[in-house]
Amino acid sequence: MLEDCSLDVHDGEILGIIGPNGSGKTSLLKLMAGLLRPQAGQVCLHGSDVATLSPLEMARLVALVPQESQVLFPFTVGELVLMGRFVHQKGWGWESADDLRIARHAMRIMEVDHLAGRTFQALSGGERHRTVIARALAQQTPILLLDEPTAFLDLKHQIEMFGILKALNRERQVTVALVSHDVNLAGQYCDRLLLLHEGKPYRVGSPKDVLTIEHLRVVYGCEVLLDAHPTTGTPRITLPHATARPQLMQS
Amino acid sequence: MDVSLRAVAPAGLSVLPVLTARRRVQALCALMAAALIGIVLCLQYGVEYIPPVELARILMNPGAAVDSAAGVNPATIVWEVRLPRLLLAYLVGASLAAVGVALQALLRNPLADPYILGISSGAALGAALALKFGLVWAIGGFTAVQLCAVIFAAATIAATYRIAVADGRIPVQSLLLAGVIINAILSALILFLTSLSDSTSAFRLFFWLMGNLATIGYDGLGVLAVIVSVGIGVLCTQGRNLNLLSLGEDPAQGLGLDVEWIKRVIFVTTALLTGVVVAVSGLIGFVGMIVPHAVRMVLGPDHRLLLPASALVGGTFLAVADTVARSLLAPMELPVGVITALCGGPFFIYLLMSHRKEARNEVIG
Repeated sequence: MLEDCSLDVHDGEILGIIGPNGSGKTSLLKLMAGLLRPQAGQVCLHGSDVATLSPLEMARLVALVPQESQVLFPFTVGELVLMGRFVHQKGWGWESADDLRIARHAMRIMEVDHLAGRTFQALSGGERHRTVIARALAQQTPILLLDEPTAFLDLKHQIEMFGILKALNRERQVTVALVSHDVNLAGQYCDRLLLLHEGKPYRVGSPKDVLTIEHLRVVYGCEVLLDAHPTTGTPRITLPHATARPQLMQS
Repeated sequence: MDVSLRAVAPAGLSVLPVLTARRRVQALCALMAAALIGIVLCLQYGVEYIPPVELARILMNPGAAVDSAAGVNPATIVWEVRLPRLLLAYLVGASLAAVGVALQALLRNPLADPYILGISSGAALGAALALKFGLVWAIGGFTAVQLCAVIFAAATIAATYRIAVADGRIPVQSLLLAGVIINAILSALILFLTSLSDSTSAFRLFFWLMGNLATIGYDGLGVLAVIVSVGIGVLCTQGRNLNLLSLGEDPAQGLGLDVEWIKRVIFVTTALLTGVVVAVSGLIGFVGMIVPHAVRMVLGPDHRLLLPASALVGGTFLAVADTVARSLLAPMELPVGVITALCGGPFFIYLLMSHRKEARNEVIG
């Protein structure tokens, strides 16, 4: 799916990975998390090949928030978030007071602490997503990978999500790589953007350099309008008005 | 039963509504007490009722059974008939329930049971061959039928594993498919054998397949107890790993679980336990599926409690079911599988329907 993909993620940055459907964004994220093994080449983390790290070593460094999570059994939000502490537990695995405190804190950050006793199945899409992100926060890794962190969130929680990522990045020096379909939010909050095109990096750089009308035309195959965000000045993409295509409706 | 196990903590408290070591011990102690009461009750009932006082007297004097000449002596009934059978039922029920819990988490399938991976059919084929060729020797308290069943179960485990493994990984879907296919092939072979047999050995085979708990003495029970304890013990140490594994392989690995290694541990342990249990008791249905579900509904899905609790409940359930099976139409004995299926079948349907309802609600909601 991905080829000729050479990329450095810098310590302490927020990297946004954007691109059309099927351009390999999720595969790239899974490669970075060590869940997929490259057929050729390697993924290195602080100088060591990811393939040589055990799942435990990996999970101490990298937390991944997948696009969608399914929980078969009726686990509660509290139980699920505590599972993020797995890598830090020793022996027979009863949670320490520290684990409980950290999990509780992560739940408060993601505003799911009031749902602690609810089962995952009973939650809305956004609540589920926030629960899984809280679990990743409880993992306390220096690197956080997120697949569509704002996809199921309402406006308020979208802004808060990026606020939280910024805070983690600035205060705890957490390196963040995220996949997003929302090029505007990605451009607004990410230090650098990676634009993928047919499984290859098309452009890497600051949002201003990457989000241009020409690049988006090539990669997404459509015309967009470009201006600047009224307060931050970051690029803002607007979709033009689509003209109706009646010929599609005729069988 | 401790209802407060999953109580919701009021907001603002730094207490999470999750399982703790203390709550686990409380729940398991309650279940052990229930198991003891169940065993005592089962010892009393049967063709002949034994009052509690007399039962206590009999249990205090283990030597009394030897003195008896006639079979009507209550001490003989308790020591030579009911107790070994009860212990066998308990060991078998506990194993089936524990294996069911582990396989439901491994396969991420709430309808999985110990027989889903085909190991049981392997054991059944071994037993069928031994019955067909009329093998009658015995080693260490086990009959030729049981030993053949174990050997064939082991061969089936190896075959299933070999079919499912690809590039050093065991994809759960392949494991499930391999199990289904092996099940189908072996069942066909059993039917073939049956068709070649005369009516007497065909009936014996049929009776064996339905599940029976009568054919093992104290020597065999001792060996079985060791195997079962080790097997369930290994599974109990995997509670936290099973919690993660039940989330799916990618999320589990992302949280730090060595998924491939744990899958092997669970597969081999559950397969060996299943093979041994089927060898001594035949195919007793539904215990391995309904007990995990019922326990999960009451105590929650945390496998650190769910697994040992299901083992305790499964043992008690099968012991009680077997007592019912041999008392209901006494002196005639029903196969215990009939009782467990009659309890389990309706429960299975209920489960299926409530699952469908949930799925519908999800689509609507």
